[in-house]
Amino acid sequence: MKQLLNAKTLLYVISLAAIYGIVQLLISVNIINQYYQVNLVMICINIILAVSLNLVTGFTGQFSLGHAGFMAIGAYISAIITLNMQQEYSFLIGLFAGALVASLVGFLIGIPTLRLRGDYLAIATLGMAEIIRILFLNIDYVGGAAGLTGIPQYTNWPWLFVFTAATIIIISNFIKSSHGRACISIREDEIAAESMGINTTKYKVLAFVIGAFFAGIAGALYSNYFYFIKPDLFNFMKSIDILVIVVLGGMGSITGSVLAAILLALISAYLQSFPELRMVIYALLLIIIMIYRPQGLMGTKEFSLSSLFKKKADKIQ
Amino acid sequence: MEQFLQQIINGISLGSIYALIALGYTMVYGIIKLINFAHGDIYMIGAYIGFACTTYLKLGFVESLLIAMVVCALLGFLIEKIAYKPLRNATRIAALITAIGVSLFLEYGTMFIVKADVRTFPKVFTEKNIHITSGLVISNTQIVIIVVTVLLMALLQYIVHFTKAGKAMRAVSTDQDAAQLMGIDVNFTISTTFAIGSALAGAAGVLVGVYYNSIDPLMGMIPGLKAFIAAVFGGIGVIPGAMLGGISLGVIETFVSGYGGSLYKDAAAFAILILILLIKPSGILGKNQREKV
Repeated sequence: MKQLLNAKTLLYVISLAAIYGIVQLLISVNIINQYYQVNLVMICINIILAVSLNLVTGFTGQFSLGHAGFMAIGAYISAIITLNMQQEYSFLIGLFAGALVASLVGFLIGIPTLRLRGDYLAIATLGMAEIIRILFLNIDYVGGAAGLTGIPQYTNWPWLFVFTAATIIIISNFIKSSHGRACISIREDEIAAESMGINTTKYKVLAFVIGAFFAGIAGALYSNYFYFIKPDLFNFMKSIDILVIVVLGGMGSITGSVLAAILLALISAYLQSFPELRMVIYALLLIIIMIYRPQGLMGTKEFSLSSLFKKKADKIQ
Repeated sequence: MEQFLQQIINGISLGSIYALIALGYTMVYGIIKLINFAHGDIYMIGAYIGFACTTYLKLGFVESLLIAMVVCALLGFLIEKIAYKPLRNATRIAALITAIGVSLFLEYGTMFIVKADVRTFPKVFTEKNIHITSGLVISNTQIVIIVVTVLLMALLQYIVHFTKAGKAMRAVSTDQDAAQLMGIDVNFTISTTFAIGSALAGAAGVLVGVYYNSIDPLMGMIPGLKAFIAAVFGGIGVIPGAMLGGISLGVIETFVSGYGGSLYKDAAAFAILILILLIKPSGILGKNQREKV
C-alpha cells in the first residue's frame, strides 16, 4: 500500500484527472465541437491501436501487419451484440466480447505464425488479416460489402478516456513486469533469450494475444461511435496506418506512440483543407521523417513527468 | 475437360502478369532485403504511360510497351536514389515504412494529376478469338501477353546469367561486402536491379491495360500484394521461383473463381500464402538456410 501511494502515482493520477477534466470542460462549453470530437475519437482509438501494436512490434520485436484484422473482429462482434441486445450494459458486454474473441483469434493465429520470423511473419499476419476481412465481406448476416449500419452510439468521451488510459497503464505496467522484460529480451536477441531459459514462443504469443485484445477494444469503440462499419475500413491500409504511428513514434516507446497518434491526427485534420493533396503531402512527410529520423520521434525513450520534474529540480539546485 | 483447359489458359495469361510484377519484388528483395511496397504502383504508372502513348500519341503496342518500360525503369532508378539509398544502413522497418510512403506518394500523386476516375484503355488489337476446339478459346490478347512475358523472362535470364551486370547483381545479393571488396559498384548494381524490376512492372502494366481495358490510380495495390504472394510462393529472392509462383497463383485464382468461389478469390491467394509460409517458408524453389548464431 505504501508503494502504491507514493508521490509518483499521485502525480500520474492528478495529471490523468486533469486531462480528463479539461477535455470534458472544453466539450461542455463547445470549444471542442462535433467536428473536433470526431478527431478526438480517432486520436483515442489510434492511441489504443498503436500502443497495443507497439507491444507486439516495438517491444517484442514481432513485425505484425495484421492489426486491423483484430480491430475488425472487435468492431463486428460488439456491433452485433449492441444491435441485438438493447440494454444498459450491452456496450460493455459487446466491447469485452469483441476484445475476447479478437484475443482468441490472436491466440489461434499466433501459435502457428509466430514460428516465422521478420518479414515472413509480417506477410503471414497481413494474409490473416485480409482473410478475416474477406470472411466478413462474405457473411450476409453482417451486411457483406455494404456493411453494417444503425449501430447504437455508446462511445463517448468518458468511456474513450477510461479505455485509452487503461490501455496505456496496463501495457506500460506489463512491460515493466518480468513478463514484459522477457518480451523485450526476445526483441533484443531471440537466441540469447532462449538460452537464458525464456520460453520465447509463450511470450510471443502472450504479447500477440494482449495486442489483439486491445485492438478488439479499439474496434468496438470505433463501431459504437460511427454507427456504421464495413469490411473495407479494416483493410491492409488500416494496418499500415497503425504501423506508421508506431514507427513514427518510435518502436518501443509508448509515449512515442501516443505523441505520434496525436501528431498524425493533427496533420491529417489540418490537411483536410487540401483534399486533393492531402495524401501526397502525408506520403512525403512520411518519407522525409523516415529518411531523417529512422528511429522515430522518441526512439526507445519514454517521456515521463517525474523525469521532467527531476530535471527542473536539478536546474534549480 | 474443355472447361478445365480453358481455365488453365485464362490462368496462365493472368499469372504471366503476376509473374512479371513478382520478378521485380523478388529481385529487389534478393539484393537489399526490402519488401518494395511501391512496386505495385510502378506497374500502375506503366499502365498510365501505355494509356498516354496509345491514346494521345497514337503509338502502336510495341512502341508503347517499350516507352512504358523505359520510363518505369527511370522511375525505379530515381526512387531508389532518392528514397531508399539514404536508408541503406537504417533498420529494415524504417525502409519498409519509406516504401509505403513512396507507394502512397505514387498513388495519390497520380490521382492528383490524372484524377481518380477509371480510364478506358483503347483497343490496340482487334479482338480475335482462336478456337482450338469447339469449346476451347484463346484470344489474340492472351497470346500477346504470354509471348511478351516469355520473351521478357528469357531476356531477364540472359541478363542475370550471361552479362557482367547480372553477375554483379548475383554477387551483391550473395554477399554485399565481399562484392564491394571485389570492386563491384554496389550502389550502381542496386540501382540497376531497381531499374530492371521496374521495367518489367511497367510492361505488366501495359499488358494489363490491353487485357482488361480499364485502369485507375489505385489499380496497383491488390495486384502488387498478389505478386508479392507469388514471389513468396515461389521462393523470394529466386528468379525462376517468381515466374513459377506468378503463374501458379494466376491458375489457382482462375480455378477458384471459375468453380464458383469468385468472392473468395482473394482469400484463396492469402490462404495459399499462409500455407506455404507454414509448410515451407523459403518457398517452392527456395533453399532452406541454416540459421547462424
